[in-house]
Amino acid sequence: MSQDLLKTDRSEPPVAGASPAAAAPPWIRTQLGNWLEQAGMLAILAVLVIVCSLTVNDFFTLRNLDSLLLAVSTVGMISCTMLFCLASGNFDLSVGTIVPCAGVVAAVMINKSDSILIGILAGLGFGALVGLVNGVVVAKCRINPLITTLATYQIVKGLAFIFSGGKSVGITREAFCTLGNAAWPVVRDAHHRLMFQLTTPVWICIGCFLSFGFLLQRTTFGRNTLAIGGNEEAARLAGIGVARIKILIFVMQGIVAALAGIVLASRMTSGQPKSSDGLELQVISACVLGGVSLTGGIGRMSYVIAGVFIMGVVQNAMNLKNVDPFYQYVVSGTILLMAVLFDRVKQMRSGTAI
Amino acid sequence: MTTQMGSAAPVLGDRSSLGRTAALEFCGVTKTYPGVCALQDVSFTVRPGSVHALLGENGAGKSTLLKTLSGAHYPTGGHLRIDNKAVLFHSTADAIAAGVAVIYQELHLVPQLSVAENLFLGHLPARGGIVDRRALRDNTIQQLGRFGEDINPRTLVARLSIGQRQMIEIAKALSRGARMIAFDEPTSSLSAREIEKLFEVIEQLKRDHCAILYVTHRMEEVFRICDAGTVLRDGRHVVTWDPMRGVSQDNVVTAMVGRELKDIYNYRPRQQSTDVSPALEVKGLLGPGLSAPASFSVRRGEILGLFGLVGAGRSELVKLIFGAERRSGGSILVDGRELEIDRPADAIRAGIVLCPEDRKKEGIVPIRSIMENINLSARRNHVALGLVIRDRWERENASQKVKQLGIKTPGLMQLIRNLSGGNQQKVILARWLSEQVKVTLLDEPTRGIDVGAKSEIYSIIYRLAEQGVGVVVVSSDLPEVLGVADRVMVMRKGRVVETLDRATATPEKTLAVALPMSSELRATA
Repeated sequence: MSQDLLKTDRSEPPVAGASPAAAAPPWIRTQLGNWLEQAGMLAILAVLVIVCSLTVNDFFTLRNLDSLLLAVSTVGMISCTMLFCLASGNFDLSVGTIVPCAGVVAAVMINKSDSILIGILAGLGFGALVGLVNGVVVAKCRINPLITTLATYQIVKGLAFIFSGGKSVGITREAFCTLGNAAWPVVRDAHHRLMFQLTTPVWICIGCFLSFGFLLQRTTFGRNTLAIGGNEEAARLAGIGVARIKILIFVMQGIVAALAGIVLASRMTSGQPKSSDGLELQVISACVLGGVSLTGGIGRMSYVIAGVFIMGVVQNAMNLKNVDPFYQYVVSGTILLMAVLFDRVKQMRSGTAI
Repeated sequence: MTTQMGSAAPVLGDRSSLGRTAALEFCGVTKTYPGVCALQDVSFTVRPGSVHALLGENGAGKSTLLKTLSGAHYPTGGHLRIDNKAVLFHSTADAIAAGVAVIYQELHLVPQLSVAENLFLGHLPARGGIVDRRALRDNTIQQLGRFGEDINPRTLVARLSIGQRQMIEIAKALSRGARMIAFDEPTSSLSAREIEKLFEVIEQLKRDHCAILYVTHRMEEVFRICDAGTVLRDGRHVVTWDPMRGVSQDNVVTAMVGRELKDIYNYRPRQQSTDVSPALEVKGLLGPGLSAPASFSVRRGEILGLFGLVGAGRSELVKLIFGAERRSGGSILVDGRELEIDRPADAIRAGIVLCPEDRKKEGIVPIRSIMENINLSARRNHVALGLVIRDRWERENASQKVKQLGIKTPGLMQLIRNLSGGNQQKVILARWLSEQVKVTLLDEPTRGIDVGAKSEIYSIIYRLAEQGVGVVVVSSDLPEVLGVADRVMVMRKGRVVETLDRATATPEKTLAVALPMSSELRATA
């Protein structure tokens, strides 16, 4: 009898939930799902732009493109180095306060020395120093990067208030302020009204996208970064200088955040210790939207750019629609949550659980 | 969720069934991974009130079978039967609910919690959500009392010895109503006294009609406590003895090893080159894991086997040579020149490479492609401006190595985690063959790899030696060490004890040198 039972048992396929891969809903296995996975966030960005163009007045105009680009430039610059940070399996919160503090440092030093160059170098040097501290503590002392940068976040926040005396620091050299607002090319219409321009921050942001994209995809530094995030011990045993690369990444991150802060100070004609609230979370959100894995090892610049613009476009559209800023937080958070869930479904599809 | 087949009666999880005796049957259990068949159609029965030995070499499929039993892995085919009812476990919770417990080598306890909290982890006695501390203490004392264990329930598990922790683990299983208990090499890290204690407990479980599955490598234990036995080889069921009476150790070994084993090494004496200068010389090396300075040398074109039991310091020694661990003394010479090796990068530049023991944790970067994994190290010598990758070199090098080593893959961009263990190991070898290698250190190069891939790895090792590379093969698999090495160096308790020539290195002699002396045993007991 047991023999018969055995036969019928084995001819029956196991009931639902046979393996983690099979747990994904069926629609996900279709062609559409496949295509979505390949195109990823770039496709979602394209859909978003089309929808906004059709539904939001003034969205698809040169004027608006101009303000959109300027609005994403700060997050865009810092996302580049945050991509390296996350891809190597690390994390950096301190950028959120390096930005205002570097602006304050630059403003104070310009006023003191009357030299724009010294001011800018001081700001960048400050960012590099904070990055160096982060990197050494994380890579050499092996402290969790989240804790480390949470600490430096607060230290730098305090320093910004100390350096500035708690008030915004006006910049006396006008030349510094024109630097941040300079634009090329400038397009005007027949009535000499401004239609479109690319300002300094936008150019710097484009420069960052290109150079860091190249650095990640095409150089040993970038490949080693991904290898460290993928398996740190294997990378070390393959002869990769893990600690050195991690420190370099944090220093890069500090310098780029400081650069963004100096540009911001120049645009605002002052160093403001209270600006850029929550910037670090915006930057990390943009990277995660761009498919960067928080456990490291996975990340592509083109996707991160898409992530930056998805956030920018949504914010821009909501501004044009006069959506209450309180609601904007809710929408941004919801988008991030959806992106992460989307990523999870993608992982289930690839059936990693063996 | 437990899927039941063949019967409509929902018995599992029903406490009334737990008092009865339950036989545990494996019915045609099959488990395949991409490229590897870990278990193929394994069927046998563990009777209640008996201890059933599960035997087999490394990679025979014992752990995989245990994982299907514990619910950690879902079988590709076949099923289990408990009390004549077919069951499939989708999770470890299913297995526990069905009365199955697996006690692993690494115990699954929370060291920061107390003995009592660990025992009742997940079902602490509580009233209205508040832990009933008295009931917790009393239940714990009662459970432990069954084995005559007198441990304070409030002691932190971190303070207990391994043997005591194992008792907690067993008590935990019983408190959850386990009737079928599997042990995975339970004595591997116990002292002699703790082993005796464990055997007493197992006898008691037997009297209580538990069905016990006992995985071990130690023959003397099999003949002492096991009533029945099953041998697996390469994922297949070879034989089941029930009862074990009349079975000799030779029978077991023959069943485990099989007849064709000798052939897979395919050792051929290489022409002794006139150049007998050492490729690697190690003088008085000291560091973590070594209890005495280690000195030895490997000639060019020689294969040195490094054998020792678990914990003998084999992996530690090669890691020190490779600069993966910091040495505290001694010197390393390659081609007669002394080297300053502080990091793996220094060793690689000097021509020393290491295939690490734990392929998944230390070898591969799982989420990157095969091409990435091959070029990870050697690409630094082939970049432009010291930084920029040359795509053409990367592709050519990777595809050449894939062809040369016979790596089976659909393409260079395939993620390495999708390959079988054998092919993953070849990718790591390919990584090092892209370098100017003088000394190759291979730590357990064939662990968890099927037989076919094993002999391919061996032929790669021979080829390396023929090219004049000094090769060190670390292995805990005695037949493998004796099968491939020209000389065998034996380590014991962190020191190099003896080096044997191929001719004199018989299995008995090598093992005798590797085994701790009885005086040493007593010292650790």
